[in-house]
Amino acid sequence: MMRDQKLWTWHLAAGVVILFLLGLHMTVMHLDSVVHFAGLNPAGGHPIDWSNVVARAKGAGMTVSYVLLLGAALFHGLYGLRNILFELNPARWLRGAVSVVLLLGGLALFAYGTWAAVASFNLAKLASGR
Amino acid sequence: MLETKGHPNRLGLWGWLGGGRWGVERYLYTLHRVTGLGLLAYFLLHIVVTSSRALGQGPWQSAMASVSGPLFKLGEYLVFLAFAFHAVNGIRLGLIELGFAVGPPIEPVYPYRTSLDTQRPLAIAALLVAAVLVVMGTLNFWVLE
Repeated sequence: MMRDQKLWTWHLAAGVVILFLLGLHMTVMHLDSVVHFAGLNPAGGHPIDWSNVVARAKGAGMTVSYVLLLGAALFHGLYGLRNILFELNPARWLRGAVSVVLLLGGLALFAYGTWAAVASFNLAKLASGR
Repeated sequence: MLETKGHPNRLGLWGWLGGGRWGVERYLYTLHRVTGLGLLAYFLLHIVVTSSRALGQGPWQSAMASVSGPLFKLGEYLVFLAFAFHAVNGIRLGLIELGFAVGPPIEPVYPYRTSLDTQRPLAIAALLVAAVLVVMGTLNFWVLE
């Protein structure tokens, strides 16, 4: 399989992961008054209330799903952006530069977002006394 | 990425924004890209803003306060609309890409049938599902919340 074909297959696979995890995230955050998932907003009130943030963050499954969604969404989004930019027919050197910038930017954001998810998990565990 | 096979996109931005007299699916393609770019821009900022939860309650609440107000609410609503369309249209594109929604190969006998006979109903169904999500989101954002 050619390299771009592999990346395109990963792009589709990441889309499926995003469909489920971002669908769940959007349901919890933006459809909470229409669809009720009591387990995901355990403290009641608004989904972004600190008590709900802590309640969600202390679950290891939730932390893993955040990191998975972060990686899938960064890859899907940045690879999609790369394709769009490449269709504008840039020079060969510019293609290389775009790829490197997107790769490094994506890795940096992935590291930062993963740190935030793990640190929130530890913080929530401390706050709940376990 | 699709290879251009020696026929690069000489039209630049207009090459993927404008669909001319191609069917509605061509404009769904353009909208898929526009919503994708919007979602990506939001997502990159979202990572930075929501990471404040790792620093505790104070930083979280001040970060949330800095992105509150009617303008941000409208922005979030637009993000939800973009998500509803991009997700459902993405399922449609995936089905076509994997060959599930193009119909079986048939003899070219008049009156000719094309894969569009399968794809068009799928596009309409996708738009209807997206519309249902938009209605649910609109209720949640502006009526029930």
